[in-house]
Parts: sequence; C-alpha cells; structure tokens
Amino acid sequence: MTDKSMTKVDTSRRNILKGGAAAAVITLAPGVTLRTVEAAVTGPATNAKRWGMLIDANAPSDVWDIAVEACKAEQGWGKDEAHANPTTDPQWIRKVNVKDPKTGAKASLPVMCQHCANPPCVDVCPTGASMKRADGIVLVDKHICIGCRYCMMACPYSCRSFVHEDVHGQRPHMPRGKGTVEACTLCVHRVDKGQQPACVEAISNMGSDAMIFGDLNDPTSEIARAVSKYVTQRIRSDLGVEPGIHYRGI
Amino acid sequence: MAADTTVYKEIDGKGGDYFSLVGWLGLMIAAGLASVYYMEHHGHIVTGMTNAVVWGTPHVFAVFLIVAASGALNIASISSVFGKYHYKPLARLSAVTAIALLAGGLMVLVLDLGRPDRLIVAMTKYNFKSIFAWNIYLYTGFFVIVLAYLWMMMERRMVPHSKKAGLLAFVWRLALTTGTGSIFGFLVARPGYDAAIMAPMFIAMSFSFGLAFFIILVSVTYRASGRPLGDLILFKMRNLLGIFIAAALYFTVAQHLTNLYAAEHAGIEAFILMDGGIYTFLFWVVQIGLGSLFPLALLFNPATGRRCQGIIVASLLVIIGGLAQIYVIIIGGQAFPMPIFPGMEVSSSFFDGVVHSYAPSLPEVVLGLSGVATTLLIIAVAIKYLPLLPTSLSDAKVDPHHAPKD
Repeated sequence: MTDKSMTKVDTSRRNILKGGAAAAVITLAPGVTLRTVEAAVTGPATNAKRWGMLIDANAPSDVWDIAVEACKAEQGWGKDEAHANPTTDPQWIRKVNVKDPKTGAKASLPVMCQHCANPPCVDVCPTGASMKRADGIVLVDKHICIGCRYCMMACPYSCRSFVHEDVHGQRPHMPRGKGTVEACTLCVHRVDKGQQPACVEAISNMGSDAMIFGDLNDPTSEIARAVSKYVTQRIRSDLGVEPGIHYRGI
Repeated sequence: MAADTTVYKEIDGKGGDYFSLVGWLGLMIAAGLASVYYMEHHGHIVTGMTNAVVWGTPHVFAVFLIVAASGALNIASISSVFGKYHYKPLARLSAVTAIALLAGGLMVLVLDLGRPDRLIVAMTKYNFKSIFAWNIYLYTGFFVIVLAYLWMMMERRMVPHSKKAGLLAFVWRLALTTGTGSIFGFLVARPGYDAAIMAPMFIAMSFSFGLAFFIILVSVTYRASGRPLGDLILFKMRNLLGIFIAAALYFTVAQHLTNLYAAEHAGIEAFILMDGGIYTFLFWVVQIGLGSLFPLALLFNPATGRRCQGIIVASLLVIIGGLAQIYVIIIGGQAFPMPIFPGMEVSSSFFDGVVHSYAPSLPEVVLGLSGVATTLLIIAVAIKYLPLLPTSLSDAKVDPHHAPKD
C-alpha cells in the first residue's frame, strides 16, 4: 500500500468513526465522489435519526445464510482466517436457531449487534473506544481499542468478536486489527451514503422483506410504519438497553 | 501506646540462597515476557481464550494478586487505624507487600491486553462511566497513597502523621476492592455476575487471601534470615485469618443462597453447584473444602494451629482455594451460556446455548506465574535495600507485657 492510499483510507475511516459526513470525506479525499449519492448524509450524525431494523423471524431460515454471507463479503470477515477455528473466528452476524422446549415451536433469526440505546459495551469500555453515534449506531474506534474485551463480557447478545490473529483481505472502509474488538457496524459506511446495510440489501434483492432497515424516528419510513402496525419484540428487553433491532415472530 | 522501639534492618541478602532466589524469579519473569511476545506476535489464537471465554487464566492470576494486594495492607491498617500495636512492627512490610502484589497483578492484566502497546491510550483517554476507568485511578492512587504511608512510617519526622495516611490507605483499599468486585457486579447480562454482593465478597476475599500470603511471607522470610519469630504475632495472625476465611465463606453462602431462591438463577446455580464439571469440582472440593473448611480446621485444631508449619499449610490452602474461587467466578461465569432467549433452547455456529469450553494454555499460565514472581522479586529487593523487617518478632519484642500462657 502506498503512502497516498494509506492517507486516503485513514481519513475516510476517521470521519466515519466520528460520525462525519460524506461531504467531509469529499473535501478531505478528492478522489471520492460521494456527492452524487442520493440521500447521502451531509452533516454529522444527529439524534434526529434513530437507525434500526425490523427482522421477520417467520421468514424461511435460509435467507439468514444469505444475510451472513453478504456481511462477510461486505466487511471482509470470516474469509481469510488462517486457523479457521470456530471458537476464535469472528462472527459479526449469525443465524440463531430457537426452539421452545415445551411446545416444540422453532424459529431462526439473525443476531448481530443490537445497536442499543443504552449499550452496556459503551458503558464499560475504559477508553471510550466503544461508542454510540448520535443516530444510535454502536461502533468500536479501533484506534483506541486496547483489546481488554470488557465490552465482550458486558454485551448481552454475544455480538462482539475479538480478532485473535492477523487478518487479511480487509476492506478499505473497514480496517480490522489483531488484538482489537469488532462487531456489526450497521454498515455505517453505506448508511452514511444513503444506502442500506449489506445484509438488508442482499435479502431485498431476493424480493424478500424479511429485513427492513430505516429511521425509527421518521414516522413515514417503512420501518416506523411496520413497528407501529405489528407487535415486535426486542431481545432481552428486560435489561432496559433499548436495542435498535426489532423482531417479529419469536 | 508505647513508643515504637522496634529496630528495623535490611536483610543480609549476600548468601547463595538469596541470589538463587532472585535468579529464579528473574527467569520466571523472563519466561512470562517471552509468553507475552508469543501471544502478541501470533495473537490470542495461541491461548485457550475464545470469543466466548474472553478472560482466561491471566485474569485469574491478575484479579487474585490485585485482591490480595489490598488484603496484605490490613496488617498496617490494623496497627495504624485500629491501634493494635502488636502488628505495628510488620506495618512496613505489609505496605510493601501490598504494593508488590498490585504491581504483579497489574503487570499480568496489562500484558494480556490485545494491544498492550496502547497502554498510553488507557492512561490518557477515559470513559468515566466505566468501572475499569475508575479502577485505573484507584490502582494508581493506591500506589501513591501506600508509598506515602510507607514513607511516613519510615521517616521519623513524619511518624505522627502516619496514622492519618494509614486511615486514607484503609479507606482507599476498601474502594479499590469494591472497584475490583464491581467489574463483575456491574455485568448486567451474565447470570454468574450482576450482583451487588460481588463488592463486599471481594473485600472479604481480599482480607483472607492477602493475610494468607502475608503469613507465608513473614514465616519464610524470618526463617530464611535467621531472625526470631515468636508465637504471639503468628497466633494473632492465625486467629485473624480464621475470621477472614469465615467472612469470605459467609459471603459465598449468601451469594448462592440468594441465587438459589430465584428461579431465574436456577441454571447458573445448578451449573456451579451440581453439574458444571471442573467448576463444580473447583467450587466444592478446592474452594470450600481445601480452601476454606480444611484451613479452618487446621488453624483451630490445637495440634496444628499451634505449629508454624500448620499455619503455613493452612495459608497455602487458602491461596489455592482463592485461586479456585476466582477461576470459578471468572471462567465459570463465562462458560455458562449467555441467556439470549431465556427459557428457550438455542443453537448457532457461535456456540449459543452450550457450555463453553476453556483449557488454560501454557503461555497464559506462565504469564500468570510471572506476575507472582514479579511480586516476590519486588519484595526480595525491597527488604534487602530498605529497613522494613524488624530484627526480631519474638514475643517479648512484640509485646513487652506478654507472659507465656500456653
């Protein structure tokens, strides 16, 4: 990697992490033409938005495999680990099978970072590397993560992974580092360009609406209308962490 | 209180035994550093830790040493804060031991980080909602306060002020252990933690582990340096250790009884107390049996409790039981599956719903032991170059009014 490209990657990364706008990326890295993207965010993240998802657990379970594969391809995890050890390989999103032992009823659903409004991982992080943007997206600033894994102890959903070995095949928008913690970013790099997270897009490309992404604060958005129409659940809502990911059918 | 007529003197430390001890400790520390290099070079893939059991053996050693550090300060606190003059001659060693234990524990904790090279980040960027961030202040503050306290005890002009410093150190150490226990107490999601009792339980554990370490240290050091150690001070510490073991046991009983009462916690209790395999074994056999009940029997049985060897064996067992207790808390608490969907059967490629396996790897164990070696090396060097140890702890020196009773 040349010095020039390194600078470009660093700059865009930092702006994403700081909740920076696509417009700022354009100013600082002239080669990037994000200006043309429709509905791109043009200012810093604000709490006017609350990004969230609605997941329909009644959907056929194989769609979740497609969501997982889309995430791997987009973010570059799960492809090149040298040891391929399932206990240490990262998983940013996974398909969880749930069965009621009394009735035998079953469901499958994807579980990823739930982007809590009151995230325990952010509370416990000593350096502030685990952070929540104003629009509700929970991220890890890999520049100041010291790899203490306290966030992994605190996350009620086991949604974070520790990078146990050297990583290869990193995406320019998602640098990863051995010795730091990572998790679903809600595809913040896409969301800031006005796009959908990769998992949602992959599923909607199949013609399925099993995953809906959008702004929960916007009453006209598809997700806000859906969550006001159907009774939805959030995993471990008893903990009061207010996840941004809603589920139907569990 | 009678004027302190104790004579403190550096140990000789010129014999082959001393240098071979220092050499072995140095070797263990070097092995620990080599383990760190190995772990950092390859990543934590070479350890037994996983994405489910994220804290392993290094954390067991680190937490044990940090907890014992505050406990080791008790001898000094008892003399300064509570005016028990019998303990006064050992106050200096108590302070140095506390500092050494904390340094050893922190070394292990820091060197196990995914990015230990970013220690400066941890020292400059703080999230003040994090108990970890508070602990950074509690730990560094402990070093500063205990060092000042030690200096006041050793500098003749400052001795009148040492009581105030001792009081501050005592309050600080309570805060420090509260902070350490709360690392687990504040984890709302995991049924093995999430309990306010963690803080006072860790304080009781610290009294017990710290004193057990201190009793062994004093007995071995006095024997090795050929200085007299009377039964009076030893028996006083023995009685105190008995009370502390019982206190730690009390909190353990309260913790599990409370959990057993709530149907919500039936799973974790069944796991630890009945069907958790290694964790159940460590809990009942090592922590409760070998580490609590057996030492109590040894300490209060006249045949063993009045012999130095009996007290040392009991103290060693308390340390082994303490390591087991922390292993059960830290690793057992993570091995038990996270209740993502309470009441449901769960499975996934990320091992949801199953008991997570963990086996300590050699580098982890060596790193943990190197923390203990660091503690011992600091003490060995300190007592050679500073007048910390009284020349005599004979009964007549410890208490001039003492008349042998038994």
